[in-house]
Amino acid sequence: MKAAAQLALDAASVRGVTYADARVVATRNRSLTTKNGRVGHASESESLGIGVRVIAEGAWGFAASADLSRAAVEAAAARAVEIARASARVKKEDVRLAPEPAAVAEWTTPYKVDPFTTSVEQNLDLLLKVDAELRAVAGVTLAETGMNFQREESSFLSSEGARIHQTKYSTGAGYAAYAFAGSEIQKRSYPNSFGGQWQNRGYELIEEMKLVENARRIAEEAVALHHADQCTEGTATIILDSSQLGLQIHESIGHPIELDRVLGMEANFAGTSFLTLEKLGNLRYASDLVNVVADARQEHGPGLGTFAYDDEGVAAQSMPIITNGRFTGYLSSRETAHTIGALRSGGTLRAEGWNRLPMIRMTNVSILPGEPPLSLEQLIAATDDGIYMQTNKSWSIDDKRYNFQFGCEIAWEIKNGKRARMLKNPSYSGITTEFWNSMDAICSRDEWTLWGTPNCGKGQPQQVVGTGHGASPARFRKIRVGSAYS
Amino acid sequence: MVTKEQGADVFDRIRRLSSADEVEAIFTGSRFALTRFANNTIHQNVGEENSIVSIRTNFAGRTARSTTNQFDDESLRRAVTASESLARVQAPDPDLLPMPTAEEANSGDESADKSVRATRFFEQTAAITPADRAEVVRGIVSVAGKHKLTTAGIYSTSQSGEGIFNSRGLANWHRQTLAEISITMLGGDSSGWQKLNSPDVRNLDPRWLAETAAQKAVESAHPREIAPGKYTVILEPAAVLDIVGFMFWDYSGVAILDQRSFLNDRIGTKLFGENINICDDAAHPLQAGSPFDGEGMRRQRVQLVENGVVKRVVYARGTARKMKNSGYTAKVGPIEATGHGFPLPNEMGEMPMNVVFGAPENPQSVEQMIASAERGVLVTRLWYIREVDPYEKIVTGMTRDGTFLVENGKIQCGLRNFRFNQSLISMLKNVEAMSAPVRAAGEESFDMVVPAMKVREFNFTEATKF
Repeated sequence: MKAAAQLALDAASVRGVTYADARVVATRNRSLTTKNGRVGHASESESLGIGVRVIAEGAWGFAASADLSRAAVEAAAARAVEIARASARVKKEDVRLAPEPAAVAEWTTPYKVDPFTTSVEQNLDLLLKVDAELRAVAGVTLAETGMNFQREESSFLSSEGARIHQTKYSTGAGYAAYAFAGSEIQKRSYPNSFGGQWQNRGYELIEEMKLVENARRIAEEAVALHHADQCTEGTATIILDSSQLGLQIHESIGHPIELDRVLGMEANFAGTSFLTLEKLGNLRYASDLVNVVADARQEHGPGLGTFAYDDEGVAAQSMPIITNGRFTGYLSSRETAHTIGALRSGGTLRAEGWNRLPMIRMTNVSILPGEPPLSLEQLIAATDDGIYMQTNKSWSIDDKRYNFQFGCEIAWEIKNGKRARMLKNPSYSGITTEFWNSMDAICSRDEWTLWGTPNCGKGQPQQVVGTGHGASPARFRKIRVGSAYS
Repeated sequence: MVTKEQGADVFDRIRRLSSADEVEAIFTGSRFALTRFANNTIHQNVGEENSIVSIRTNFAGRTARSTTNQFDDESLRRAVTASESLARVQAPDPDLLPMPTAEEANSGDESADKSVRATRFFEQTAAITPADRAEVVRGIVSVAGKHKLTTAGIYSTSQSGEGIFNSRGLANWHRQTLAEISITMLGGDSSGWQKLNSPDVRNLDPRWLAETAAQKAVESAHPREIAPGKYTVILEPAAVLDIVGFMFWDYSGVAILDQRSFLNDRIGTKLFGENINICDDAAHPLQAGSPFDGEGMRRQRVQLVENGVVKRVVYARGTARKMKNSGYTAKVGPIEATGHGFPLPNEMGEMPMNVVFGAPENPQSVEQMIASAERGVLVTRLWYIREVDPYEKIVTGMTRDGTFLVENGKIQCGLRNFRFNQSLISMLKNVEAMSAPVRAAGEESFDMVVPAMKVREFNFTEATKF
């Protein structure tokens, strides 16, 4: 891998570039699903290639090739330079990169069990056991389960001398029970919707998730939703479970703090951001209880945004994003750091694979748990009148990340500190800063989970990467609920 | 990029490596380039070349797939072994069919293939260079400058090939080009947008797209906020495309069998207005894409909706057989393989991917719809659409990049953007007028041939801050 990357750098350097880097990436995936007692799909995939990024005449060019022969690698480097020279025809100023020490490093995701050493029989046996539990509940009309593993090995070399070899593992699993009756389809998922829980770990994650143990309850809830009352429309106190709060962070904090969005680079697709530059250090983003970090370090946990170095060779960091409610940081790169007066990149440039240009992405953007001990049950007990919502069902937010609406799979009314009746089709909506300023309680570390969002899309051509979001259940006051069905 | 001849050679090697009862190889290859601009400058500019082979093996009712982008013997051997290992450990699936023969896969209307071949690959598109794209972007930037706006967008070009071979003699191949331009123009408090793609780059007019996007940004400056509520809306084709796209996953035999389709118990009923006609037609001259499905079966033209009545759904081969043996046979209309299956094995079965809306009897242009509106909202584009209710087909999302108040037959001003929560069933009952269908491209759904629509009682539930 290193030889191919070095070949690309050599080929670029003789063509007069001022900067070049090359990433050779090899990925392996296993994907297994079941549906209603049968294997849905069973597949493995491998992909190998090189991406070459250069600056020539002050502008960027990038070319990628799956062919690692000498001729093909040299051709890819030459194409990157040709593309950069074309970029220079429509530029206003030269690209500036914040300085970064050239790292020479080797890193592998810590894991206990390499997921690829587990047998497919073992994987499918677990999924089919879950499936049987789901379908054992009368009224379940569709049961789906899934399990995914990925291994990504990369070699990053730069013309500045960086030599970084990383191997990352990620593992995910989850399931859903559907119940169709009358004129309604209801659904419950575990441990989260849209694929379950994902982390940068080995098979030990699967073993810890208690997939089988929770299946019967989840299926029963899917069926019971048909007899639940509709979540009413109005204004309410709401408590969000940690997985839903994780997605709320992703959409209403994680995306608006991406500096490329703020600077207009995503205006045609993902959108821009309400967090214009003058708000840094000045905006009251949230209530005093809210502390959010973007932390790619292993110390934060095995999130999908955990690594040792980003895809332009910048070491993983922990960046304060919201500090006691005040907006204190963006996600940045070497190219964008200077726009906020930073002397160094925040280390968030990531690519989907060898064939994609790295761009600013969320790492692990997490809300820190409350310090005073507070369990979810204690939080509910301390709430006179409210709604406790669990597990995302739908999500939508405008292109500046102000107005959002989320639907959840299930909710419970809270009356006098106790969970009362089940509610179906819960939803809530609001404006980002008003919402976060209404948070008046958050549970402590024991309730904190580092969730994985494996399907974050951004960029043109679109890239899908995984992000991490740690959260504890939290309470919000005077929130609009139920407008999705108004 | 892999060619048909190279694909045939690789498939021969795969067959020799495999001990399976049957083996199939799907090839996809592309040479893709995209020039991205923002703040009136090119800031990202990429090119990629890749070819993939995806190998499926069958052992007496057990099947699995393995994929690689390396065609050396060792990589192919590893991929074949992975596919066979995954297949062997499964319990047999009694519904799994043998792979189709060439005769079965290629049955149906041959003239459709000729139409596809004539309208999908253009040397002019394949020949576009990075310098060519830069010059087009320079022109777009000059339009932005003329209107004192900032522009962002993309210009991409690609050529691609895809093919399928199987051990029962099937060998189908398709090649295509595609050029795409998307432009956003940004003012101080407004924006405008246009996007178009075509296999033939000569069908794209970058300056017209840039001027139209700029006009929207200029005319929507200083947007007013009006109360959310039910409004007559005029949805431009891209807005129609992105919202209606959320229902086509449900026009699938598997979705009916899984009871996750909003068409469960509704096929044969008049679900939409009399003026709604929808078909799936891969050979339509404004469509793009391959003439065969994930098993190599020829894509058939299928009338999904006729005069508001949902007539039928589409089927992969295996799904058609399952449906015929199910309790739904009397409730779902014609049941036959239609050439809409995804590569096996999969959970989703099939879906229509070449949707074409029928032309209205009296088409009206967007300008005519505006002129006939007493009060309404003109919508350029919708964004971040997600399903809220799967059976009533309620979807939520936002307007974006050019939302206007129409009063007394004229555009009055730009509006702050709205959130909507709208049932697609109700929406397609409330269509008052349509334009002639055009090829449209958005960001939330696959490309379709759709009209602009004037829809009454569209449900805006909230407004945002810009």
